[in-house]
Amino acid sequence: MDYSEKVIQHFREPHNVGVLEEANAFGKVGSPACGDKTEMYLKIEDGIIKEAKFMTFGCAAAIASSSVATDLLKGMTIEEAKALKNEQVIKELGGLPEAKIHCSVMVEEAVRAALEDYEARQK
Amino acid sequence: MKEVYLDYAATAPIDLDVKQAVDEANEKYFGNASSLHTIGQRAKGQMEQARETIARYINAAEANEVYFTSGGTESDNWAIKGIALAQMEKGKHIITSAIEHHAVLHACEFMEKMGFEVTYLPVARDGSVRIADLKAAIREDTILITIMAANNEIGTIQPIKEIGEIARKRGILFHTDAVQALGSMPLDVQAMQIDLMSISAHKVYGPKGVGAMYIKKGTEIENLMHGGAHELRRRAGTNNVPGIVGFGKAVELLKQNEAVYVAHYTQMRDYLRDRIENELDEVILNGHQEKRLPNNLNVSFAYVEGEALLLSLDMEGICVSTGSACSSGSLKPSHVIEALGLDENYLHGTVRFTVGRQTTKEDIDYTVDRLKSVIARLRSMSPLYKDSKNS
Ligand SMILES: Cc1ncc(COP(=O)(O)O)c(C=O)c1O
Ligand SMILES: [Zn+2]
Repeated sequence: MDYSEKVIQHFREPHNVGVLEEANAFGKVGSPACGDKTEMYLKIEDGIIKEAKFMTFGCAAAIASSSVATDLLKGMTIEEAKALKNEQVIKELGGLPEAKIHCSVMVEEAVRAALEDYEARQK
Repeated sequence: MKEVYLDYAATAPIDLDVKQAVDEANEKYFGNASSLHTIGQRAKGQMEQARETIARYINAAEANEVYFTSGGTESDNWAIKGIALAQMEKGKHIITSAIEHHAVLHACEFMEKMGFEVTYLPVARDGSVRIADLKAAIREDTILITIMAANNEIGTIQPIKEIGEIARKRGILFHTDAVQALGSMPLDVQAMQIDLMSISAHKVYGPKGVGAMYIKKGTEIENLMHGGAHELRRRAGTNNVPGIVGFGKAVELLKQNEAVYVAHYTQMRDYLRDRIENELDEVILNGHQEKRLPNNLNVSFAYVEGEALLLSLDMEGICVSTGSACSSGSLKPSHVIEALGLDENYLHGTVRFTVGRQTTKEDIDYTVDRLKSVIARLRSMSPLYKDSKNS
């Protein structure tokens, strides 16, 4: 597979794996029937993401994208997190093969779903 | 790092005796087998000996029923396109199965584009073609049945003797892709009533880029390659004499040692299967459990994704293949795995292990040891696994 060194590193030893019990934002995308699936757990305090964790079923690109995205999210404001795009994840990974772009899109969508969940809870 | 090769169905390393025969042919039999002079005829002699060996091994009535090609892909393409074009006056319907190799499926799809109709028979959960389905699919205008002898992914052996009998009775030509079957199960073109059969050298420890097709005498078939008068005017192109000599040697080794090879494959495969079944949870074995190739084990591991599994094993030096790919847009199981109708939790976590002559018990022990930790690691990240434990 045409993966960068960075993708392999994050796949081999992904950061922030697991369920975050004290999360106050939760996003979930994908389905086993159509493929990859990601769960995103965030803990937000005073408008800042203090903690981020994930669970992913998917290929190496999906796992590495989840790992990098959770790294990037920590310390971001909600507004910054909302603006997080898969391109940024790809850049951080040193690129992804064309056929694997969709795996990083899934992670972006999981982040967005978590932020929507957070906002819904504030109402 | 230790390297364990468990992908012999993709290709096998060349046997050292075969390599020696190829090397010798490259030096001593470099002539063009079509040349009339001594050096050309010397090369031809070697080639004809290989043809004889292969013809005898598959029980062809005559050596001239074996035509050398560039491999399994060419043979499959030739069988389908060549028969379709030669028989289109009689009809334009072809029957195949949903789990054929792409060399057959894509050739069939091409013929559909050319105005032919193709029926893709479904398979049972174990990968077998059902004879009743085949009988029901036969029409007045059916000209060709092409069903593989054994499947490359899941190892299931098809009832080709029964299929051959039905085809012959109905006056329909029968082609079988025996690329994976060669060397792992008996192939007798007369007893099995086969009209055309594809085989390839590199799956039986021969050189890459050489194969053959058996064509029963009297079969009308169009050429794929047009040019010189090689292969009884049926397949143009200067013969790959060293490759052909190597193929002949590889088949000679089968003739001598097939039982020993098969016993070894079976022993290694069964040992791997038993350890996986006993030591890992939530796995299923794919393919028919008795009527299967002796060197093939196909396993689905629930809640993990095949490519991640393959890559993780590769990082431990273990080479396998997967029936799952995450490519443009989505995760997609192979057409073979898709045809089996697996539960969705198992659908994407399929691995094919194929053992070979060099496989040792230590290789299997190492593999199972690493496999256990790889599966545990991937499941620890998998939301599907977590949900299954919570519910
Ligand atoms: C069942 C089957 N048919 C055809 C082929 C193609 O053979 P070759 O690699 O010689 O073109 C293969 C090998 O990949 C195969 O497994
Ligand atoms: Zn993916």
